[in-house]
Amino acid sequence: MTTTEKPNMIEFRDVHKYYGDYHALRGINATIKAGEFFSLLGPSGCGKTTLLRTIAGFEDISSGAVLIDDKKMDDVPANKRPTNMVFQSYAIFPHLTVEENVGFGLRRDPRSKDEKAKAVAEALEMVGLKGYGKRAAHALSGGQRQRVALARALILKPKVLLLDEPLSALDKKIREQMQVELIKLQREVGITFVLVTHDQEEALVMSDRIAVMFEGQIAQLADPETLYRRPNSRKVANFIGTMNFLPAEVLSEGAGGIEVEAQGFGRMTLSTDQVMAGEAGQGAVVGFRPETLTILYDSQTATDREVMGTIEEVVYFGDMTYYDVKLDGTTEALRISMRNVFGRPVLEIGTRARVAWSPGALVMFR
Amino acid sequence: MRKNPSLRIYALAYLAFLYAPIVLLPLFAFNDSRVIAFPLQGFTTNWFAEMWADKTLFIAFRNSLTIAVSAAVFSTILGIFAARASTRYKFPGKPGILGLIMLPMVLPEMIVSMALLVVLIAIGVPLSLFTIILGHVLICTPFAVAILTSAFQSLDRSLEEAAYDLGETPASTFRLIILPLVMPGIISSLLISFTISLDEFIIAYFLGGNQTVLSVYIFGQFRFPAKVPAVMALGTILVCISIVLLTIAEYFRRRGIAKSGGKDTGGFL
Repeated sequence: MTTTEKPNMIEFRDVHKYYGDYHALRGINATIKAGEFFSLLGPSGCGKTTLLRTIAGFEDISSGAVLIDDKKMDDVPANKRPTNMVFQSYAIFPHLTVEENVGFGLRRDPRSKDEKAKAVAEALEMVGLKGYGKRAAHALSGGQRQRVALARALILKPKVLLLDEPLSALDKKIREQMQVELIKLQREVGITFVLVTHDQEEALVMSDRIAVMFEGQIAQLADPETLYRRPNSRKVANFIGTMNFLPAEVLSEGAGGIEVEAQGFGRMTLSTDQVMAGEAGQGAVVGFRPETLTILYDSQTATDREVMGTIEEVVYFGDMTYYDVKLDGTTEALRISMRNVFGRPVLEIGTRARVAWSPGALVMFR
Repeated sequence: MRKNPSLRIYALAYLAFLYAPIVLLPLFAFNDSRVIAFPLQGFTTNWFAEMWADKTLFIAFRNSLTIAVSAAVFSTILGIFAARASTRYKFPGKPGILGLIMLPMVLPEMIVSMALLVVLIAIGVPLSLFTIILGHVLICTPFAVAILTSAFQSLDRSLEEAAYDLGETPASTFRLIILPLVMPGIISSLLISFTISLDEFIIAYFLGGNQTVLSVYIFGQFRFPAKVPAVMALGTILVCISIVLLTIAEYFRRRGIAKSGGKDTGGFL
């Protein structure tokens, strides 16, 4: 996952986009490395698709610059850019066969007919559609259409492949299967992939790096693990996975870290990289993921620290159980997720429980 | 709940009133008598022969064909521009402009033809087949726009972008992607405009000058009872042609919708 040595493939320099009065992109600055699987993640209307379309050349930008491979794209129209796109609707040409769809971009290619046919066959084999060439495109299933769209875009060997919510129209099973296939495909071809998605799980699974966007701005740009473990704002923390929050207070700040008193947890020392900026008007809080807390069974002892609480709700998921636990001294119940282990019963509502936790797993927003 | 039988009788009577006269056309076209009355006499094809021998009828038919083909082509071309603009672009005054384009559909033809007649005479354009074509383009264009708008609307915008993304120019994208996908709509528009123009009477009568078209000619023939059976024969042929054309138009409209994966809404048949 180390991408630092790789050259820049795409660079956004203070990109702004207005639709009339609406400020859709508000100063985007980011670089995407060559060969990277990069995701733009955010809720609908956050500008992620608009940003993707500025790379493809389907949207003009109001100010700033988009560079692909160190070249400014201002005056380069979409049909001359070294990018290809997989559309959300797949945009398979319904009046053409699978073969004609995949070979569409080769129309202006000077190669011979036979060479082009070979390239089409190779592209179809790459996406697992060998032998489907003669089929009518409109008779394909959703998953097959998506493969055709992928083959059609990759056959031109673009520098960047743009994917606009490519999996959102598929049902869960096929979607998960396609996620894995896309990752493998990306490693195989080594092309820079830029994916737009609103599905945080999909982004975490597939990406080398993720830009989380809200309201036309990038809120955080990091690798999946950093985003999950060290979200830089409560908004990002809430968008990616679940996070519990408890009111906290800063007691003192020193070179070694800061002293914090959190409701229910008491005093602790946090290192400076655990402390993020909070939002104005909201008091300081500490946050933690549901799986960083553990309910201790009779003989177990905490490796770090331990507090008492009462189980208020139990949600059984088969492999997991979610417990809503009210710690002593807190005002609201917190969610704790536990992996179910054979031979260990699921606890009942009302049970008094010992909860193990560790200051290292916390983040603080102040 | 019991259904009211009088409603069923009403529906049957309504359909009979609508279609029975059309059924009478072929009945009397093959009837061996100059008098249009029951009971039917023997079977004959004389009226078709008589009709075939009529020189004026032939000229009227040729005129009608010229007008209908021209009107269909022009209104469909205009319809393509309007439908493309209305489905793809935003511009100031769009609803108003589209409304004005569609207005002749509901405007009494009498008003259209009177107004055109006054203007044409005032600016000194002689009445001819050309002036009839002008009038017919005016009334056919709304139908062409309606049909083509639905064809353009069912086109996914990403298809155009995809073609563009794959290296095509806007012009070649139109030729390779858009045109083939809206072609069923274009054919359907051509056929329906053709049919509308072919049996139009008022504009043809007002703006025709000394040129006769089929509809005006047929109306004229009813003054001579002896000619009526031949007109019946002609009518029979026209009914057949109309049914064939409308069927083809509807077939292409439906095929267009099926091809682009849209839902069938509206339509003529």
